[in-house]
Amino acid sequence: MTTTGAALEAPRRAARTVSWRGLLLSWFAIPLSALAALVIGALLILAFGANPITGYSDLLSGAFGGSYALASTAQKAVPLLLVAAGICVSVRASVWNIGGEGQIVMGALASTATALAVPGLPAVLLLPLVIAAAAVGGAVWAGIAGFFKAYFNVNEILSTIMLNLVAVQVMNYLLSGPMINKSQSFAITGLIPQTKLLSQNAWLPTIVGGTQLNLGVVIAVAVAAVVYLLLWHTGFGFRLRAVGLSRDAAAYAGMPVRRTIVYAMLLSGACCGIGGAVLVFGSISHRMVTDGSLTGFTGNDGFNGIVVGLFGGLNPLWSVLSAYLFGGLLIGGTAMQAAIGVPTDLVTTIEGLVVIFVVSIDYLRVSARIKEEAKLLAQASGPPPGATRSLLVKLARART
Amino acid sequence: MNQFFTYAVLTATIASAIQYTTPFLLAALGETVGQRSGVLNLGVDGIMLLGAFGCYYVALETGSDLLGIVVGVAIGAVLGLATAFMSVTLKAQQGISGIGVYIFGLGLSDLLFVRFVGTPLPVNPLPNVNIPLLDKIPAVGKMFFEQSLLVYITFLLVPAIVFFLYHTNYGTKVLAAGENPAAVDSLGISVARVRYSAVLFGCMMAGLAGASLLLLDGIFQEDLTQSAGFIAVALVYFGAWRPAGVMTGSLLYGLVTAVVLQWKSLGIIPTSAADLAATAPAVVTILALVVLAGRFRQPSALAKPYVRGA
Repeated sequence: MTTTGAALEAPRRAARTVSWRGLLLSWFAIPLSALAALVIGALLILAFGANPITGYSDLLSGAFGGSYALASTAQKAVPLLLVAAGICVSVRASVWNIGGEGQIVMGALASTATALAVPGLPAVLLLPLVIAAAAVGGAVWAGIAGFFKAYFNVNEILSTIMLNLVAVQVMNYLLSGPMINKSQSFAITGLIPQTKLLSQNAWLPTIVGGTQLNLGVVIAVAVAAVVYLLLWHTGFGFRLRAVGLSRDAAAYAGMPVRRTIVYAMLLSGACCGIGGAVLVFGSISHRMVTDGSLTGFTGNDGFNGIVVGLFGGLNPLWSVLSAYLFGGLLIGGTAMQAAIGVPTDLVTTIEGLVVIFVVSIDYLRVSARIKEEAKLLAQASGPPPGATRSLLVKLARART
Repeated sequence: MNQFFTYAVLTATIASAIQYTTPFLLAALGETVGQRSGVLNLGVDGIMLLGAFGCYYVALETGSDLLGIVVGVAIGAVLGLATAFMSVTLKAQQGISGIGVYIFGLGLSDLLFVRFVGTPLPVNPLPNVNIPLLDKIPAVGKMFFEQSLLVYITFLLVPAIVFFLYHTNYGTKVLAAGENPAAVDSLGISVARVRYSAVLFGCMMAGLAGASLLLLDGIFQEDLTQSAGFIAVALVYFGAWRPAGVMTGSLLYGLVTAVVLQWKSLGIIPTSAADLAATAPAVVTILALVVLAGRFRQPSALAKPYVRGA
């Protein structure tokens, strides 16, 4: 594409008026995907014999109506943003880290174990220590998959999913054995394995009185900002994105491809791991609790965060907005369930559709842009034979 | 440990291992055909969940397991068309579109379950059909020939798919579409049609796998599959894209699962460590992927959408 780039510059500047189709697809592809998903969601609500307009307005007011709702939404957005930031890192390196769930759990376990081991430290020390432990826990878990990917060519999607399955069992083992709340009997706790009340010095302090909004929000936005700076303003980020665009080209340029893949996974896992600490130390109970299932602890945030990252265009800063919107969808979904009796699974269904539409529209978007460039190229220098086709070929190669 | 090595317990363990294997094998065989045509379908788990719910609902309402299975396969077919449309026609990034299908299936299956099933009652399990004469063989009969019809069909599908892929005209087209789609195209054969049919078959198998899992458990619940669909995809890599290898991997997975469960119920594994033991199948799969990943080559065009001229 670089050879055609210079040739395109003049006509492109001359023809600033781009085609409507191209404009529509490039700027509105992601919002349009969301709209389409919401329309199908509305049809599902109709199928349930409820009124979609009432349903969605309940959802909106539950998510964004009033300061309490706004704070709850922000609170829900925190783990989503942390996972999304991790997704931005890994996917920009062309590594699909689908193991957010497991990394959240391992981060939570590492941070909980730290708080249980040294509960007496003052908050200024304990809180950073707990967050760091979570980052290490998540990073190690993702790093396993990254190492296998880089050095043994093991498909990372599969290994991260498998590691999710391992993580949940490790959590169940630790919480019902070594880390269980020994002072309370099972009869009192209702057979739900949990730790004892964690040291107050590790609690995330509330930052807005009268709501649950705590320091986690600041941490998540800071992590997103750091990830953005790392990706686009450091040599490491440049190498990471270069490896993501073409492993062969990066290797040819002398970049350490394998090590970069491992680092990308470590960083991605660290972000998800911090999400685990936020879930524990920002919770109302201030304990780590398991009902035996993965989603029982994570609330499916490991997968929801992937949706958030994709919806945010794989950019950590846009993901802040995206996380807030999806946080609202999840919080509002609960309000909608209470109001019109449609289960919150509707939100999960809509999320799946958003992913499907975003990836499906992507090809139309890119091919529209390429056809347009070919047209401009043809105007500039007469029709080169098969220009459109050869550009499509390049597209196909670049995508694989 | 001694109470494990008895005739009754060992044969029962193997027999249940065969049952655990069935859903994984069905899904993995379907995925094998799809991947051999060059399409990576990661939505298997979502399709299994919807297939399982469809099967459960119909079997519960009509009392007919067979009708439930038919509906499970039909749901797989519908989602297969959608998957093929995304992967082949729209050339979507296959890894992530599959995750979309998974999340969609996870949400919708439970949405429908909560809405349409008031009191979740168990459905009848498939009856066991003893194979005459073979079931009289000591040990072997008890382990392999007192299973449901679906189990026999699943294992017979292995040689059937081997025959299809390697010894039929259409099977060759499927293999070629996954290795060198341009060559297929140059012969005037539609790569899209070959891939659509392979994906459709794979997704129908995923729907059937969901139905078989449901009939094994008897009752639907949220996230019934517990990532079984993803494990099935892993088993395709494990089996190096060959039906017999995929069967071996599935059997190993089923066996490890059955043995761990048996040991747990016999108290060989202390209850405190039972959760850790339950990680065994996943850990074995990861290690197997590490050992095998370098040795076999995946289909050259796997997960690469075909554009004429590329």
